[in-house]
Amino acid sequence: MTLVLDVDGWPGHLPGQHVDVRLTAPDGYTATRSYSVSAPERANRVELTVQRVPDGEVSGFLADGLAVGDAVRLRGPVGGWFVWRPGQPGPVLLVAGGSGVVPVMAMLRARDVGSPPFRLVYSVRDPDDVIYRDELAAIAATDGADVHLVHTRRAPDGDARPTGRLRETDLVAAGWGGDDPPTCYVCGPTGFVESAADLLVGLGHAADRIRTERFGPSGP
Amino acid sequence: MDFVTRGFQGRPRGRDERLPPGQYLTGDFPVLSAGPTPGVDHDEWELWVATEDGTRHTWSWQELMALPAETVTVDIHCVTSWSKLDTEWRGVSLDTLLADVETAADFALVHSYGGYTTNLPLEDLLDGQAWVAYAYDGDDLRPEHGGPARLLVPHLYFWKSAKWVRGIELMLEDSPGFWEQLGYHDYGDPWREQRYQGD
Repeated sequence: MTLVLDVDGWPGHLPGQHVDVRLTAPDGYTATRSYSVSAPERANRVELTVQRVPDGEVSGFLADGLAVGDAVRLRGPVGGWFVWRPGQPGPVLLVAGGSGVVPVMAMLRARDVGSPPFRLVYSVRDPDDVIYRDELAAIAATDGADVHLVHTRRAPDGDARPTGRLRETDLVAAGWGGDDPPTCYVCGPTGFVESAADLLVGLGHAADRIRTERFGPSGP
Repeated sequence: MDFVTRGFQGRPRGRDERLPPGQYLTGDFPVLSAGPTPGVDHDEWELWVATEDGTRHTWSWQELMALPAETVTVDIHCVTSWSKLDTEWRGVSLDTLLADVETAADFALVHSYGGYTTNLPLEDLLDGQAWVAYAYDGDDLRPEHGGPARLLVPHLYFWKSAKWVRGIELMLEDSPGFWEQLGYHDYGDPWREQRYQGD
């Protein structure tokens, strides 16, 4: 689900940063979770995409308890490492697993005509799990970003790629990157991030150009 | 002061006195790091301590294993709000490693394989508060959790417990580490909820 919050005095954020959402009960008990911002800055508007966690104390409330017009406490933006700064030189390789696509979507959405080439490799179990499906299809069809979907369990009819986990060939694309090494952003569940980062290192990407963010019920 | 979130009750709770403010309990062991997991073989592994006058002390893996080890059971608290109680680690106390190190330093900058750094006052590494840990829950520490060896400083937020530790630089002046330069708190006491700069 995507939440759109109006925040008075929002200082702005960079694509890839997250915020802490804090809920407070009448007895003073608080629960805080981190969520990635899914869109670039637009005035005082902060857009979060929240994956509902089974039995999730905060995500469950955000999904079922929060109504339009309600207030929540927000802290941020947080994180200065897993960010893409518009104007930063060099191509960008985004590697996302599951809901790990959220912070890299903010990067894709922050591009403009002068931006370097982007490539998104996005791993999902099956076609129904693709978040931002229509927008990603539009991005792939119209402008300077390449979108490659990896289906681990079930692929759509006609997909030439055999199903299965992310592999080296998914991370290599003809005519892309080349002599100009990309900055790589890898986000997803721990196992995915470990294996994707290892594959990138194995393909010769420098470790200091691979930025990772773990995503999941217990992480940010 | 926080305002009450309309309609929010939260999980049923008896207040757990071992849980710092704003933290919740987790049963699993989440992994957080900023880049790829460095692979370090025991043969190549080395730990160094460098003092402010440039003196260097080093330990090979075999030398570390030969030092007296302790098994400790501690609670750990991550700045991303999870806490895990009663985690069992085995490693060498920093009191042991620093026993013969002559220094007037007040601060330490901890370095990791892979380039990560974190800073903390030297006194927080002493007096039974910190270890170089190489086993977790009875098994070798797995690479994604910081193996072959990581720093363990459980009384501070867990980003201070640097994974893949390779060296400790002792300094007269404080110098911010990786996350500390990116907006996280310089000290990171979970009981005072020092998550970010300004807390």
